[in-house]
Amino acid sequence: MHSIKRGIAATVAVAALALTGCSAGGGGSDGPVELDFWAWAPNVDKVVEIWNEQNPDIQVTVQKQDGGDPVITKLLTALKAGSGAPDLIQAEYQKIPTLVSSDALADISGDLDSDVADEFADGLWSSVTLGSDAVYAVPQDSGPMMFYYREDVFEELGLEVPTTWDEYAEVAAAVHASDPSRYLGTFSANDAGWFAGLAQQAGASWWSIDGDAWGVDIDESPTQQVAEYWGGLVEQGVIDNKPMYTPEWNAGLNDGSQVGWLSAVWAPGVLSGNAADTAGLWRAAPMPQWDADAPATGAWGGSSTAVTTQTEHQAAAAEFATWLNTDPEAVAAMADVMGIYPAATDAAAEALTTSPEFFSSQEDFYDVAAEAADSIAPFTYGPNVNVTFSAYNDEFSKAAEAKTTSAFLDAVAAMQQITVDDLENTGFTVE
Amino acid sequence: MTATARPSGSASSRTGVPRTPDASLERAELGSARRRPAGHRFRTRVLTPYAMLAPAILLFLAFMAAPIVYTVVLSFQRVQVQGLGLGSGARKTVFAGFSNYVAALDAEFLASVGRVLLYGLILVPTMLGLALLFALLLDSKRSRATRFSRLVIFLPYAVPGVIASLLWGFLYLPAVSPFYFVTDALGLDAPTILSSDLIVFGLANIGLWGGVGFNMVVIYTSLKAVPSDIYEAARLDGCSEIQIALRIKVPIVFPALVMTGLFSLIATLQVFAEPTTLRPLTNALSTTWSPLMKVYRDAFTRDDLGAAAATSVIIAIVTLTMSFVFLRIVQKRAFGQED
Repeated sequence: MHSIKRGIAATVAVAALALTGCSAGGGGSDGPVELDFWAWAPNVDKVVEIWNEQNPDIQVTVQKQDGGDPVITKLLTALKAGSGAPDLIQAEYQKIPTLVSSDALADISGDLDSDVADEFADGLWSSVTLGSDAVYAVPQDSGPMMFYYREDVFEELGLEVPTTWDEYAEVAAAVHASDPSRYLGTFSANDAGWFAGLAQQAGASWWSIDGDAWGVDIDESPTQQVAEYWGGLVEQGVIDNKPMYTPEWNAGLNDGSQVGWLSAVWAPGVLSGNAADTAGLWRAAPMPQWDADAPATGAWGGSSTAVTTQTEHQAAAAEFATWLNTDPEAVAAMADVMGIYPAATDAAAEALTTSPEFFSSQEDFYDVAAEAADSIAPFTYGPNVNVTFSAYNDEFSKAAEAKTTSAFLDAVAAMQQITVDDLENTGFTVE
Repeated sequence: MTATARPSGSASSRTGVPRTPDASLERAELGSARRRPAGHRFRTRVLTPYAMLAPAILLFLAFMAAPIVYTVVLSFQRVQVQGLGLGSGARKTVFAGFSNYVAALDAEFLASVGRVLLYGLILVPTMLGLALLFALLLDSKRSRATRFSRLVIFLPYAVPGVIASLLWGFLYLPAVSPFYFVTDALGLDAPTILSSDLIVFGLANIGLWGGVGFNMVVIYTSLKAVPSDIYEAARLDGCSEIQIALRIKVPIVFPALVMTGLFSLIATLQVFAEPTTLRPLTNALSTTWSPLMKVYRDAFTRDDLGAAAATSVIIAIVTLTMSFVFLRIVQKRAFGQED
């Protein structure tokens, strides 16, 4: 009897200890402020470690996420539930209008020093302010698009690096003619951000704000031009029509059946992971141009650090977000261990002097990247990018299966229709 | 199996069972009446069963009833945005009436139902046919290594649907598949399974691979419950093994077939994991390929919970109605002789 009672008492005591332990960890008035940071960039935790060592009062915990889309889904669900959201989140630029419209991001303009904005290119800064006086995030990295190709295969076939899209089409035909299993690239119906980047280069801006109304300009000549061009290449069969990021595509990068990749500045990380056997064989070049006299570049990816509306420590979170993206040591660490292209222009130029390891044979890698970053065309994202991007997946899947130019143009028209219908159904004012 | 046990069981509950507890209760009351007041005894007698049921009822309310009610509530709501819709307070939730339901029954939804019906039409008969065949083979007198074979046939059921889809996805992709490696080496032109014409067969194959074993075990178990004197009598009358299988075993396991058929049908209507896992690998699967994928897209990609909830309610009602009608029709035939 006694031993049972003692056992119960011990259990209760342990449970009580565990409970108090838990509540102390939640960040009460005593002890350090604890911040949760949802991010998916590889090795971001290593950069956060530097902060945690220097700032014992504000401890940041990284919770690794699957990627840019799932993290938004999780955040919106947590906000609806009223709890469970982190203090900080890595948000892609195209997600910011959606998140602001769902009241997910805190306006941190009051917590930032006025000179923070000067660290970034104007185009990037406008995508975190949405053109208003509010600031919804601090830019983290940018994704200027670049053209990657297998230098050894180009030499073998005696091909020149394409500088215009006409030349790209010729090279694509030559590569495919040399071996029917080889392609210069693939048209991926799974990567809406990639297609948006291509359209951005051609001068498209899929959304616009006109006073109190949204404009949707997807089915306009720049995007139509891009769709027609790629539809033509797929119809001729000189460009593959399979999605990117499949085991098959990875194998193709590795075994040389994918000879080129229109990607962005972060491609070395993907290539070294998916096609390790080809180290040193790839080279980076600027995107092919529509008009060689007026070079333009699209952006694919790139993200920011935002503070959520559910945080109880907005000032501390904003302080960390600023440090992560502007402090020279942090920016250098991001460039070094995370392999991203930091958005803070000057700090990035200082940090990025040696080419990524996978491109060690190309000394001017970051000169090419800087040139590309300088010529990124303006592009406005809207509040229902998720709807438009999922429409891209569905409509361009059909088009890529159909392999006709007209199907590609139909897909652009369908994206426009679905986007406008969704905005109107939700009650947005659409011009 | 349960059918033979039911008549006698229900008879005893109608006559024998109530009498015994009454008698024991009377005895107990005689013994305890001297010590306890009547009200207390009454309260204990009424409250005890509820107290014992309480955990189950609470769990049911919290994890079954409440989410269903909440889904129904959500299905009558929608988000209303003003102007540009930026900043806090720009969106509010308003009553939507039946508009979500009207919108849910669009061409996209009907097309997804059509695809899933085709999928079920391919999958369910093939799966039950194979399960029945394997069960009969394992039950026949001449089969060897039945325990091992049973385990091997059942094993794929233990592999989660997502893992199975990934495995098969790799096998379907020409560049990484050993199948295509062999057909290429032999100079054969193998069909592309991940194309819009054949994808439904590829998906049905995954379901088949995972489902045959489970259904085989259900049918095999009901075969084992058959008394062997029936077979002896048949053999004395000169029945061959095939005749025994077709004329005795199949009719006897028919109720089990009905049950597995019903479960399979419900499962095919709710197919989600397989096409969702294969979708990034191919252009042939849209984000609304199956009805549940549409629900998922509406809820988590489009952030339109009202539409997702309305579609869910419609799917639930259709599934319930179908199960009920199907069960009533087949029950009359399969269990007719017992009522």
